[in-house]
Amino acid sequence: MPVLRYEGRSYALQANESVLDALLRNGVRAAYSCKAGSCGSCLMRATEGVVPARAQAGLKDSWKVRGYFLACVCRPESDLTITTVGPDVQLGATITALDLLSHDVMRVRLRCDAPLEFRAGQYITIVREGGLARSYSIASLPDESDLELHVRKIAGGKMSGWLHEVAKVGDRVSILGPSGECFYVPGKGDQPMLLVGTGTGLAPLYGILRDALRHGHHGPIHLFHGALHKNGLYLVEELRRLAEMHRHVAYTPTVLNGSESDGMAVGPIDQVVLKRFPKLNGWRGYICGDPALVQSLKKKLFLSGMASRDIYSDAFLPSAQTP
Amino acid sequence: MNAAVDIFYRKVLSDDRIKHFFDDVDMDVQIAKQKAFLTMAFGGPSNYTGKDLRTGHAHLMERGLNDSHVDAVIELLGESLRELNVPEHLIAKVAAIAESARADVLSR
Repeated sequence: MPVLRYEGRSYALQANESVLDALLRNGVRAAYSCKAGSCGSCLMRATEGVVPARAQAGLKDSWKVRGYFLACVCRPESDLTITTVGPDVQLGATITALDLLSHDVMRVRLRCDAPLEFRAGQYITIVREGGLARSYSIASLPDESDLELHVRKIAGGKMSGWLHEVAKVGDRVSILGPSGECFYVPGKGDQPMLLVGTGTGLAPLYGILRDALRHGHHGPIHLFHGALHKNGLYLVEELRRLAEMHRHVAYTPTVLNGSESDGMAVGPIDQVVLKRFPKLNGWRGYICGDPALVQSLKKKLFLSGMASRDIYSDAFLPSAQTP
Repeated sequence: MNAAVDIFYRKVLSDDRIKHFFDDVDMDVQIAKQKAFLTMAFGGPSNYTGKDLRTGHAHLMERGLNDSHVDAVIELLGESLRELNVPEHLIAKVAAIAESARADVLSR
């Protein structure tokens, strides 16, 4: 079995074990969150040995060349010498605003110490002192001065609890990223677009929608935002105003439980969407939020005629439990 | 190739004989695999190996995967190519290459 060398010690990897799991099994403190190769919290660097391509998927080319990899999905086939990453890959940021958008969603605004290149709809990972890391989608546009994130309060959530109850304007955090492939791609400006999200899945869609408008997208854009109850919806007035300002934009708040009033649709969001648009040939789709919904709706849109290359999605994975 | 994958995968996901095997599969992952499968079936360079096919389908054997399901896949592949106006003699060739994967898929 391959051997892992880290901070002067050697650890034998077990069969099919990731670098992160091997470190944690040996009681080594290592940062991580999603354990699925997407959040970037467990980024490390190899100084000797061969990093499997899978462990570098999605990283910038300049990082790949320097040996950066994601420890949670790195299963080396030969010996590897690794090191923690320097502060050069993290960017400092200051909290500039904290506004409650609904009973459990906080809008967090951050100003980065240096410009961050990103596309609206991508996500960043916030890292606090001590290594606690969580990923959030970006709802703002690159030319806006602050990054905007929508943070839902999770029961027992360490980062969301801190942002909701403790954090103050002026507090400092570090950020990693951006990552993610779910964003507006300019071109085909007349293509009809379908945006579907549940909960804070609205955050990337809010960014993507406004980014599309900024790029002059003139095909119809239909946004469906779903929640269990009416109190789970947020930015309702802003989105209604946006739809009123742009004739080709439609906004449909959707609740699972409730009555059809105030222009809300009622029912499972996938059924509401497909009943309204049973044929989706030639459309482009963005689906964000609950992983089960994302996975099943992707297939349903595809079976309704949407081409697979026109379907963009971002499933919000829960953070992995501490072992 | 993208058009062929979409037509073929749409048939697979709609076919009552086999669609249940794909219920809990992520679409993007599956489409990448379908593309590799079609590339192999068209005789192109492919990373498909007998070992991948065996390990990749082993868990489906436990759910009753058998010859009838492989038949269905090859039939749908032929239908998809016919829709794209691929000539019959090429469809037969592609079906023969797909057929050669049968033993590995069914772990024989």
